[in-house]
Amino acid sequence: MEELDTFPRLLLHHAKVRPNAPATREKDLGIWQTWTWAEVAAEVRALACGLAAQGFGRGMHLAIIGDNRPRLYWSMLAAEALGGVPVPLYQDAPAAEFIYVLNDAGIVYAIAEDQEQVDKLQEAAPQVPTLAHIYYDDPRGLRSYGNVTSFERLTEIGREYDRAHPGFYDGEIANGRSDDVSGMLYTSGTTGKPKGVCQTHAAFIAAAKGGAQFDKLTADDSILSYLPMAWVGDHLFSYAQWLYAGFTINCPESGDTVMTDLREIGPTYYFAPPRVFENLLTQVMIRMEDASAPKRWLFRHFTAVARRVGADILDGKPVATADRLRYALGDLLVFGPLRNVLGMSRIRVAYTAGAAIGPDLFRFYRSIGVNLKQLYGQTETCAYVCLQPDGGVKFDTVGLAAPGVEIKIAESGEVLVRGPMLLKEYYKRPDATAEAIDGEGFFHTGDAGVIDAAGHLKIIDRAKDVGRMAGGAMFAPNYIENKLKFFPHIKEAVVFGADRDNVCAFINIDVGSVGNWAERRGLPYSGYTDLAAKPEVYALIRECVEQVNAELAAEGDLAASQIHRFLVLHKELDPDDDELTRTRKVRRGFVAEKYRVLIEALYSGKAVQHIETQVKFEDGRAGVVAADLRIEEAKTLPLAQRRAA
Amino acid sequence: MSGGGRRIGDVILQLDRISLAFGGVKALTDISFDVREHEVRAIIGPNGAGKSSMLNVINGVYRPQQGTITFRGTPRRDMDTHQAAAQGIARTFQNIALFRGMSVLDNIMTGRNLKMNATFVEQAIWIGRAKREELENRRKVEEVIDFLEIQHIRKTPVGRLPYGLQKRVELARALAAEPSLLLLDEPMAGMNVEEKQDMCRFVLDVNDQYGTTIVLIEHDMGVVMDISDRVVVLDYGKKIGDGTPDDVRGSQAVIDAYLGVAH
Repeated sequence: MEELDTFPRLLLHHAKVRPNAPATREKDLGIWQTWTWAEVAAEVRALACGLAAQGFGRGMHLAIIGDNRPRLYWSMLAAEALGGVPVPLYQDAPAAEFIYVLNDAGIVYAIAEDQEQVDKLQEAAPQVPTLAHIYYDDPRGLRSYGNVTSFERLTEIGREYDRAHPGFYDGEIANGRSDDVSGMLYTSGTTGKPKGVCQTHAAFIAAAKGGAQFDKLTADDSILSYLPMAWVGDHLFSYAQWLYAGFTINCPESGDTVMTDLREIGPTYYFAPPRVFENLLTQVMIRMEDASAPKRWLFRHFTAVARRVGADILDGKPVATADRLRYALGDLLVFGPLRNVLGMSRIRVAYTAGAAIGPDLFRFYRSIGVNLKQLYGQTETCAYVCLQPDGGVKFDTVGLAAPGVEIKIAESGEVLVRGPMLLKEYYKRPDATAEAIDGEGFFHTGDAGVIDAAGHLKIIDRAKDVGRMAGGAMFAPNYIENKLKFFPHIKEAVVFGADRDNVCAFINIDVGSVGNWAERRGLPYSGYTDLAAKPEVYALIRECVEQVNAELAAEGDLAASQIHRFLVLHKELDPDDDELTRTRKVRRGFVAEKYRVLIEALYSGKAVQHIETQVKFEDGRAGVVAADLRIEEAKTLPLAQRRAA
Repeated sequence: MSGGGRRIGDVILQLDRISLAFGGVKALTDISFDVREHEVRAIIGPNGAGKSSMLNVINGVYRPQQGTITFRGTPRRDMDTHQAAAQGIARTFQNIALFRGMSVLDNIMTGRNLKMNATFVEQAIWIGRAKREELENRRKVEEVIDFLEIQHIRKTPVGRLPYGLQKRVELARALAAEPSLLLLDEPMAGMNVEEKQDMCRFVLDVNDQYGTTIVLIEHDMGVVMDISDRVVVLDYGKKIGDGTPDDVRGSQAVIDAYLGVAH
């Protein structure tokens, strides 16, 4: 066969060399079901022929909406086999958010997971005149829908078409070229309308190959595919690397069972945004607080040992024999069982990306023996710019330039990158493409960073977020927020301080963690808003804030960023209310505008501020949450004298 | 709202002049109404109107002093609980009646009790029918778990679940019996808006997917009007209204019963 330079060709390759190896698993009705590479190849063939029979073909876009289901991954392959372009969308977005993207991509064909997604597509349909064909995976509740087609029917049509047109499918795959666009992922749109990022087979295969060789991925690896399919990270790990290395992807039973499924599968290769690692650690901490005194002591004692030497042992650095023995005992009693509970017993490599991760959080996982590493990249770079090498992981950097990638720092401090993994273009947006990629072919990431003496890239913040305080000190909001978010009680934080005399903060409590804390103290509460307003909770949060202040006070230039006043928001920041992006990054400008009255109160010295906020419920209905928010002061430390280094 | 996939059929349950008294207290007086195959039939009324008593009469917990119950063509003076279950009537309770210390999975398995025919000995040593049946029953239970989206709590003891989920587990146990007639006693009581919405979705899905006939008691008028095909209104043990949600909504007797009038 010719070169393995497109994803459909890679699929055929695996079906030939490892036909009986597991390619995809899914837990259904409580049992893990397996499809081998040969079976997946047959399914994709039928699907592709079905789509072709329905008129889908080269250059067209196929919208794919739903949780991680084997058939949805196969649909991407089917679309690509015909020279079409899969366009995965965020499955938890409401219909109104689909409309722009569906129109922008000129969607005619869409594949939906279930009734929920079909309903959303049909709700959007009147405003998306091109949308004509909807196919669904899970038939539940869809029996009486007239104008939608089931997957079974589609593959049936496909098999007939295949019989009637022998050679068609293979011919289509042979027509594919490595510089065809293989997928269009929409940027999350922290600013402005989402843009369709067109990536070629060549780009994603280059990124997959680089990563797979860097971490020695093989066909024996196994990963859990549970992150939104529309996210570039999932596309790289569960799709591009899956097809490059030929390992097994495992689809969880449902979004709520991921933890259990993770334990059952015990993946060897794992990818999660910092939020997931944060939530896991929060759960561990909550459960440890509920554990018996001897267990609590064991946990505290050995995690202290791990904090001291765990990461060094993982990196193969010299460690005293006594400490090695202590660590080994800890591994037997605490870390091993803990890794098992977390589903991380078999992990060789775990990655996190998507947002900055708190160094303490990062250190915790490495210290208990999970080889957690950071990578750095964007949708526009196939999530492939920097990787942390084994044995060379630094907590505060994102690692070295990945194989084949060139990095340079612009005058302004912005990180610029060049390499085979760059986007071909933004769909129908030559202006944006020209703005993002300069004449020398460097992509402007929008992140501010520095390269240290060892060549590691350190990301400070979004270039546009880094500002100066009125007194001239540097203000890096994400940096402070991440410090706050490391406390299990704090779920989200937004700090303000650019061009101000001091820094103030909005806090979202973590209702699971604080709720548990309140329960153990016999503190009754009715829901988030009530809990958030309790004086006891304020005291708890103040402690966290003051601890962050103490850390900041020791960090030279950042000492001026200590938080003077804070409030606990009366509602959780939510993507449905446009306060977070679908990847759960704070939309700073929007939040500042929406809660302007609160910011004014923070800086005016008021002690209480009334606020009413529109909220959207999951069904799309709107309501109002009103509260009188208390504003509290936090202790700050005097700015430390700067000493000569 | 009602899906086009199901067709409301003939009368399957006919209640004729039912009267029920506890000593001198008349719980139900001379009540007649019918339930058609595949429909969602609601019973509404103020507190103490006799709604739960009515359900208890239908599945044989209470024996009415007067009247006949005709289920699938067989007229009876009263139902017997075992007979009712064997004939495909399942129910949930106003106050959750689950085994709190058992897992969700085991609780739902109890709903399959009537489908297990293996002898005690076969079950004890896990051979023959016992094994076959258990596998088959487990598959059915897993389908119900999938249907009601409670995979994540499969192994959790029921007592540790929040109220809204316990209600869903109770519905799951009733569904595991593959009923043709499902009696739901206030399935949405004490739930918040989102939980209610989920529950409505499930009730309608059950009705649509399996064609299960549903008789439900509910206080939330919005819910009743949205999901029922026909509504019976009780007040002080008497029937004061019967018809489509729109008919009932406009009826003066119903408005008086709910808002209260000077007697």
